[in-house]
Amino acid sequence: MISKKVVLRFPEEIAEKPLVSDICKKFNLTFNIMRANIFPRKEGILTLEISGEDDSFYKGIQYLKDNGVSINFVEESINRDESKCYHCGFCVAVCPTEALTITDRKTMRVDLFKDRCIACGYCVKVCPVKAMSLPEEF
Amino acid sequence: MVSFAIKMTRRQKLNVFKVNKTIEEINDKIKRGEAVVVNAEEMIDIVRKEGVVEAAKKVDVVTTGTFGTMCSSGALLNFGHTAPKIKAAKVWLNDVEAYGSLAAVDLYIGASAVKKGDPLNAVHPGRFEYGGGHVIEDLIARKPIKLVAEGYGTDCYPAKHIEMEIFIDDLKEATLLNPRNAYQNYSVAINPTDKTIYTYMGVLKPRFANATYSSAGQLSPLLNDPFYLTIGIGTRIFLGGGVGYVIWHGTQHNPNEERNERGVPKTGAGALAVVGDMKQMNPDFIKGASILGYGVSLSVGIGIPIPILNEEIAFFTSVSDEEIDAYIFDYGHDYPLKIDNNYGLTNYKELKSGFITINGKKVPTAPLSSYRGAMKIAETLKQWILDKKFFLTKPSAPLPQSKDYEPLKYLKKYEKNL
Repeated sequence: MISKKVVLRFPEEIAEKPLVSDICKKFNLTFNIMRANIFPRKEGILTLEISGEDDSFYKGIQYLKDNGVSINFVEESINRDESKCYHCGFCVAVCPTEALTITDRKTMRVDLFKDRCIACGYCVKVCPVKAMSLPEEF
Repeated sequence: MVSFAIKMTRRQKLNVFKVNKTIEEINDKIKRGEAVVVNAEEMIDIVRKEGVVEAAKKVDVVTTGTFGTMCSSGALLNFGHTAPKIKAAKVWLNDVEAYGSLAAVDLYIGASAVKKGDPLNAVHPGRFEYGGGHVIEDLIARKPIKLVAEGYGTDCYPAKHIEMEIFIDDLKEATLLNPRNAYQNYSVAINPTDKTIYTYMGVLKPRFANATYSSAGQLSPLLNDPFYLTIGIGTRIFLGGGVGYVIWHGTQHNPNEERNERGVPKTGAGALAVVGDMKQMNPDFIKGASILGYGVSLSVGIGIPIPILNEEIAFFTSVSDEEIDAYIFDYGHDYPLKIDNNYGLTNYKELKSGFITINGKKVPTAPLSSYRGAMKIAETLKQWILDKKFFLTKPSAPLPQSKDYEPLKYLKKYEKNL
């Protein structure tokens, strides 16, 4: 069993194909929508958590890629520059999933749990010292 | 000033304290490597276990720290005379305007100045990518800075336009000169309105969805010396990784704010004006800050040593987060309109727990001032003292004092409650 958050980018040409529905039917996967956006050039962005058997999960991902969807795994995308971060807490105020949170209430260190991130980008905008980043295509 | 001096002598004559140490004695102990130095967090347990008198005998210095965004900061630079000479009336550093109307080649760059052409809040909330705070950080990080100056031309200063690259080490003077830092305490911010707001207190979500606060609490310098008994004009401090000094009370310094039973103010209150040599500083302890929708600022690391001269100062430095209250204010409606209203009190123990309760509702909290950074500063300062690199100073004049202070008043009140 595997469950991962992915950011899917649909170019205009394929935006009308029911590709996510396909992977559910063909590979027996389930998904939970975390975020969806359509941009002025008809390009779509969808953040999903996809779950299923290991084998079918990767087949489903390959199916999306073969059909022209570009895929990024959220966990591997969010990044914190540890040399810049000084653990102020501005990000904690906006992170909707507690991917950025304080667990040790004595030291008040700001922790980053990449597996909770949904790549919303709020922390990137709010970080006063620009320590947080996501790849350009997000 | 005079009344303060009289009060001090009267205090000494009355010999109200059981422990009486002087700064000179403490400095001698530092020199001999015998001084006991602890940080303000460690002092809490020492006083709880041993009592104020024993703690005052044992501990010589308590180190404090704070590391948060502090507007009202800036740098005073002298870039040296060019050939031909210019009387710079307008100056830009990396396209951020500085104030040049001081002399010929002196300038002051404010932390909150924004870069030329910044879209500001045209598309709200603006990002404010670069400004005065960043110029200060880049200078300290020893990066080259583009300087453009314009003058109107005089017989002695004929040049009208210059462009050059400057490095901190080439400057005659690079002085951090901050009119208001190290606020004694601060407000807790909430937003009861229906839309998200972007403030210097961070992003505040609508309908009480979050609260932010900005103080190091039990580690913060002026919360450990609430009546400014040891911190005054001339006090030597840790500033941005180098050595600095308190030069005046901070702008808006208000010693007469409402205080709790320990004498600790429940909101802003005191503040410090500080100065220090930027060439000694380190970008780990001073950082340009871009605050979404608000503007540019500077995060400043400050640490102040408090000499434990008597048991009353031991008592004050033992203050813990639950003994520091803070008023909650509405930044969505009341604050911008200067309406005097609050949503009650909380304290730093609650704030640091991650939740406070407002009108029966559980509201998540987030800090804006780095406690981890404050601790790193208090520990660095402790090490400097133990290494005999840093000695304590007696203020040459006090900060404006609070009318609420009498020797032992608060310690006695507190002991009654024990």
